[in-house]
Amino acid sequence: MSDVVETVDNAVETQHGCPVLDSLGQRVLLATRENYISVVKALVDEGYTMCIDLTGVDYLNLPNRTVGHGVAPERFEVVANFLSLTLRQRIRVRVQIPENDATLPSLFDLHPGTEAHERETYDMFGISFDGHPDMTRILMPEDWDGHPLRKDYDQGSIPVQFKGSHS
Amino acid sequence: MTIVSAGTDEGGQELLSRSELTAKELLREVGSVLRLSETEAAALASVADEAPEDQTMIINMGPQHPSTHGVLRLMLELQGETVLRCKPIIGYLHTGMEKTGEALSYMQGGTNVTRMDYLSPLNNELVFSMAVEKLLGIDGDIPERATWMRMLLSELNRMSSHLLFLATNGMDIGAVSMMLYGWREREDVLRFFQKVTGLRMNHNFIRPGGLAADLPAGWRDDVLEILENLPSRLEEYDILMSGQPIWRERLQGVGVITAQEAIALGVTGPILRSTGVPWDLRRDMPYLHYDQLEFDVVVGEYGDAYDRYSIRFNEIRESMRIVYQILDRMPSGDYRIQDKKVTPPPRARIDESMEALIHHFKIFTEGFKVPEGEVYVSIESPRGEIGCYIVSDGSSHPYRMHVRAPSFVNIQAMPHMMRGGLVADAVAVISSVDPVLGEVDR
Amino acid sequence: MGLVQNVLDDGLGGIEHNFVTARIEDLVKWARSRSSWGASFGLACCAIEMMGTGASHYDLSRFGMEVFRASPRQADIMIVAGRVSQKMAPVLRQVYDQMMEPKWVISMGVCASSGGMFNNYAIVQGVDQIVPVDVYAPGCPPTPETLIHAIETLHELIEDGEIMRRRASNNGGAGIQLTESAIAAAPVTLGTK
Repeated sequence: MSDVVETVDNAVETQHGCPVLDSLGQRVLLATRENYISVVKALVDEGYTMCIDLTGVDYLNLPNRTVGHGVAPERFEVVANFLSLTLRQRIRVRVQIPENDATLPSLFDLHPGTEAHERETYDMFGISFDGHPDMTRILMPEDWDGHPLRKDYDQGSIPVQFKGSHS
Repeated sequence: MTIVSAGTDEGGQELLSRSELTAKELLREVGSVLRLSETEAAALASVADEAPEDQTMIINMGPQHPSTHGVLRLMLELQGETVLRCKPIIGYLHTGMEKTGEALSYMQGGTNVTRMDYLSPLNNELVFSMAVEKLLGIDGDIPERATWMRMLLSELNRMSSHLLFLATNGMDIGAVSMMLYGWREREDVLRFFQKVTGLRMNHNFIRPGGLAADLPAGWRDDVLEILENLPSRLEEYDILMSGQPIWRERLQGVGVITAQEAIALGVTGPILRSTGVPWDLRRDMPYLHYDQLEFDVVVGEYGDAYDRYSIRFNEIRESMRIVYQILDRMPSGDYRIQDKKVTPPPRARIDESMEALIHHFKIFTEGFKVPEGEVYVSIESPRGEIGCYIVSDGSSHPYRMHVRAPSFVNIQAMPHMMRGGLVADAVAVISSVDPVLGEVDR
Repeated sequence: MGLVQNVLDDGLGGIEHNFVTARIEDLVKWARSRSSWGASFGLACCAIEMMGTGASHYDLSRFGMEVFRASPRQADIMIVAGRVSQKMAPVLRQVYDQMMEPKWVISMGVCASSGGMFNNYAIVQGVDQIVPVDVYAPGCPPTPETLIHAIETLHELIEDGEIMRRRASNNGGAGIQLTESAIAAAPVTLGTK
């Protein structure tokens, strides 16, 4: 892997043009929406042939967080985990997604296994994936309102009542 | 009461007729992984020509169906007996666990994750605990005994889960006696779990920092009893099923998937191994102390339902081998980390010390604070790679808790396995994927 | 000759074997309670325990209950085993409506009874909002012993006619009327916490 890791002058390690973050010993690439597909493609060529997981995070309550390496934080983030069976290594790609245009290109052509993950992310966060063949809800009923895992969506808990109890 | 709309129609989530689909959607539903050679593409196109729409039928299977392992719903397009397209529709057991996980503290989180894959609850707790420990930075300080106990429970859980697979697989194919046998053996393991954890399922026993309690007196004899009873019975089942022509006919060559397709679909666990890929996280990316043990990764060759059955069958034997080694090496010592931050004081201290009482109260009401960060930890569950992604904002509750559930991904391989097969084999395919719907829908 | 002729000839003395007399109603209730078939409505963790109860160790056939029917038309008791999601609720109701009268419902486990620990947007907070529940089995999941106790309790209630009297008072059937709601059926409200 060392041959594709280049170091720029301000000592930020990059891989495929993305700043590399070390998150508790795990390798994280901070991709942008523009280079997301090409980064994943480069990772496939490098040996990360399996997309293990893809999910979203809603950072509504942490607007001023630091993503690292000067990347501007946005409300949503899509996190994709890749695994290389030959290198026996994992790598994570995080993409910032703005609230007013919550879309991301779909990985379906590169990793057909992300089909369900992307639908789940759409269902739970309302992030839609361009080029996905079947962008429908997957877990919630078709006519459901809202996206439950967003932070401004109420947990929907109903207060416990003790009906007919003697007070 | 206006709680639910009485309709069961799910609109766009359902399998639509072919005239309403785009080409890409159609390819997805016939199970293509979109890396077709030209000959394959031509073969697909010819099937579509052969079956004009008025000669096919879309049928609905589930969500209330005895052999869909819970509430999986499949829609199949059939031409006669042949499955042309298939689409799994899930979400009928969506429990909002990831949302609930954000409202529970790290201390309480185990109760939540253990109910996801209810056939291997201890593996779920293990992966959650390991993720929290990594965030806390105490993953290297877990006492030896706790680590070995975790491995013991995890392997016994793998055995009970695979025994249940044998039972349900037998039942689905029509070997009903196997169902009763599989359940009988599983009860033996569950009784041991009940003795150790107090519960038959959903234990919440493995917690961040260690385990909830030490092993009870006489545990070694109980484990040995399980291990001594099982080999002769497994032998019996091997004769009953593996050697039986009907069993072989029903499973061999059914639901075939190749290694390339499995990797493209992100499938893990016994399904990936059945295609000949020797990938087991216990061996390839070891966690706990699996690197110190000797065991084999069971690998198939043909990627069919029989290989998947056979792999799970032999994994029971491998797990028994592992458990014997664990019994030999189980060290003495603490069963949880002696770190005041995550470990409540022992019960006896609460009676005599006010500080201990306050500490105990605070740890169970407020929980412990976890440093900011995000981490993904994965282990090998009986169904494949189970992973836990936690984002912490520095408070005592996870900011986001996501579980990568193996069954959720494995289900995607079903359209692929079923295409061109008979509708009677659909049941064999579902059964051989061994999905747990609690984990699929979370 | 036949039994009828014997009785006509000799009165009760014409019957060759011992006999008992009972009210037909009691016999029907007894037969109903001892041969109630369950609809296999497995949902989540509880379904595993329900199947475990049917297996050899706990042996539900001792109570005439081992026949779990996949078709609701042939079933008498619906054991709602597990959490009921908003997506599953209409299906559950449909299966209940397809069952023949008389029918009974056991709510197995805390999730089915009250939503349990999943007090959130996705889970119906108590299946008794959709179908009338006769017996609640507590536990998460209830052990097979608890389920057997729940079934025995239900059998008692069937035998003493309690449930049928209650049904008669609200015109039979479920007694819970669902109104078809328009599209957005979400019971939770959107808003910033």
